[in-house]
Amino acid sequence: MPHSPLAEALRGGGWLGDTRAQMSFGPFLLLAVLEGTVMAAVLALTAVGLSLVFGVMRVVNVAHGELYMLGAVIAWFVTFYLPLPPAMGWLAALIIAPLLVAAIAALMDTLILKRLNYDPEATIVATIGLLYMLQQAALTFYGPDARPVVAPFQWRIQLPWFGYSGYKLFVVAAALAILLAVWLFMTRTKAGLVMRATQVDRETAQAFGINVDRVYAGTFALGGALAAAAAVLIVPIQQAHYLMGHDPLLLSFIVVIIGGLGSIRGTLVAALVIGLSDGIISMFFSPTLAKIIATLLVALVLVFRPQGLFGARA
Amino acid sequence: MTQKLIGMAPSRRAVLKGAGAGLLTAGFAAPVWSQAAPIKLGFQLHRTGIGAAYGRWYERTAQAALKVVNDAGGINGRPVEIVFEDDGTDPKRGAEVVEKLTSQHNCDLIFGPLFSHVVIGSAPRAGELKVPYLVCSEGFHVASGMLNRWTMQPGITDVRAQVSSMAPWVLANLGKKVTMVYPDYAFGHDHRDFFSAAVEAGGGEVIAKVAVPPTETSFTRYLPQIPNDTEVLYHVMVGPAVLTFVKELGEFYGLGAKPQIFGFIDSLEAVDIASPGLEFLEGTHFWEGHCRNQQADASEHEVAYRAAVGVDANGASVSDAKDVSTYAHMFSVWETLHVIKAGMEAAGYQGPADRQKFVEAVEAMTEMPESLAHVQGDKVFNGKTHQVFGHQFISKVEGGKLVKVHTTSIEDSIYPDAVDYMTQSF
Repeated sequence: MPHSPLAEALRGGGWLGDTRAQMSFGPFLLLAVLEGTVMAAVLALTAVGLSLVFGVMRVVNVAHGELYMLGAVIAWFVTFYLPLPPAMGWLAALIIAPLLVAAIAALMDTLILKRLNYDPEATIVATIGLLYMLQQAALTFYGPDARPVVAPFQWRIQLPWFGYSGYKLFVVAAALAILLAVWLFMTRTKAGLVMRATQVDRETAQAFGINVDRVYAGTFALGGALAAAAAVLIVPIQQAHYLMGHDPLLLSFIVVIIGGLGSIRGTLVAALVIGLSDGIISMFFSPTLAKIIATLLVALVLVFRPQGLFGARA
Repeated sequence: MTQKLIGMAPSRRAVLKGAGAGLLTAGFAAPVWSQAAPIKLGFQLHRTGIGAAYGRWYERTAQAALKVVNDAGGINGRPVEIVFEDDGTDPKRGAEVVEKLTSQHNCDLIFGPLFSHVVIGSAPRAGELKVPYLVCSEGFHVASGMLNRWTMQPGITDVRAQVSSMAPWVLANLGKKVTMVYPDYAFGHDHRDFFSAAVEAGGGEVIAKVAVPPTETSFTRYLPQIPNDTEVLYHVMVGPAVLTFVKELGEFYGLGAKPQIFGFIDSLEAVDIASPGLEFLEGTHFWEGHCRNQQADASEHEVAYRAAVGVDANGASVSDAKDVSTYAHMFSVWETLHVIKAGMEAAGYQGPADRQKFVEAVEAMTEMPESLAHVQGDKVFNGKTHQVFGHQFISKVEGGKLVKVHTTSIEDSIYPDAVDYMTQSF
């Protein structure tokens, strides 16, 4: 018989009459929400990059998860080879990894995507190819092992019912700060204005003297940098591994489809919904059920609202 | 996929040079071909994929064992070489690797795979090709009878034997109400089924079973399923995320009140026990197939083995203290190669035509006393079930080191035969 944590929790909370007290319902929900929030924050960072790239360039970047993986791997190299204390080494990684990944992404754009004239089908095939190239390159130069990056600080919060990693809460704060910076960049700077203009109408933007090639390279680089930043945040919790790009890619696509391709607001809302529901459902029922529901949600959105919750009608 | 030829294997350049030299000398004297053709062993290696940490050390152990065997004159007077082939810890590729090692490299036999889903996926192909397949896998799948006569496990005790021999100690010393956390695939199911059975037989109770998908990267969400009245938390985890698993367990419990923790060292293989966040493991217990930290009573053979493989007294590489070995498992590669040598010599093995004779020779084995060939300790082989039985160790973490506190007897681990492979046809 499958073990039902919900029933257990209800019993623990005195709702079903005691038997086997697990954690009672309140703390149980709190832990689920905490886990969900951490997931939502990291997911938002990764998915916003994917969404930006699609919104501005109309490119579905299948290699996005590998840019995330590269961020984590570079973070490992930086913290391993720079003779700095953990906190400084990690901070250095938070600056170096997104910059390097941005440079790689810009190269991918100018050397490959641009030559394909951003043809939607061709770019999907090309990014699938890039996915394998990046993954195998990581396997060759970094190796098949999962390697840990030491967290910048060790701080554990002891709640009355359970302990929680203080670093995970920091991840949420840092992700929010980065997202805020992206939002300010998009709405308050000239570069952001140019990007939005290109998103609305590429030809008109070009007619107004906007260098669309540069905007595209910049957008692709920014998308990569956001994925890398998410990876640097997550790598002290998980470890850097050459196959780690798969899950974030899948979840980012789910988020972006639900939120509406190209809509940053929609991406954020969807990340929150998916992250929290994943946290809560996987804790009270099972992680598999959480994935099933997320996928079902994607199907429903595609059927009833193909442009996504916040997407503009194509 | 890569292959590496070692031992007596010539590179292409060496072959060309040799051929050239041979041509030159042919005019003066007949070339002398005194060197016998080498015995070629195929090694199915988890070099990449989720088993990569094990693969790295299994390869090193195999190299070290190969050197010892060749230095002592090889097998039947013939030099030995090993062809390593990566299976990506993937069952489908595993079957292809078995095929490639047999048909393309013409290996005499195959050994070395560890992960149970890969073994279960590859062994049928070995049976079809009629090539001896010696696994180092721990799973109960060999002795359960689900595989075939060509598949044997002479180098490491299986999970059923491991857990049933240790359950009495756990119940007597740690507690009676057990919660199990295990990976949700064949290997974890062996733990679930046989440890639960042993606990119930011993008067204890498994009050919750928490299955975690083996590809999971985040574990905190599973931990609230551990009931509050758990007396013993039994954990076993595999894959690249094991460090995350133990860390999150530590965050969850911290240094406050927690159940007794009994883990399989698998949760910590290739992981430095001094990693930040693992302080809570102090005072907890682990199963070890072979003690990672060199114990005060280590035998001379074990010390020699440790040095040959290049492992220091803390279980890390002698060249890199951060490169922690999979010490509790990798002895199985060393011992399996020595069983291969003994089996081939007993069978008078000449070539692939004698593969059946080799299997029969291994099936005839029984006692395997502790020696340089069996560095982990005495063992008894059961030819009917193709499974070896040995001692298990329970260690306690004291001052960041694993200190052995209990050794099980071989008798404790023996269970009724579930199969008689010797009655099956080849």
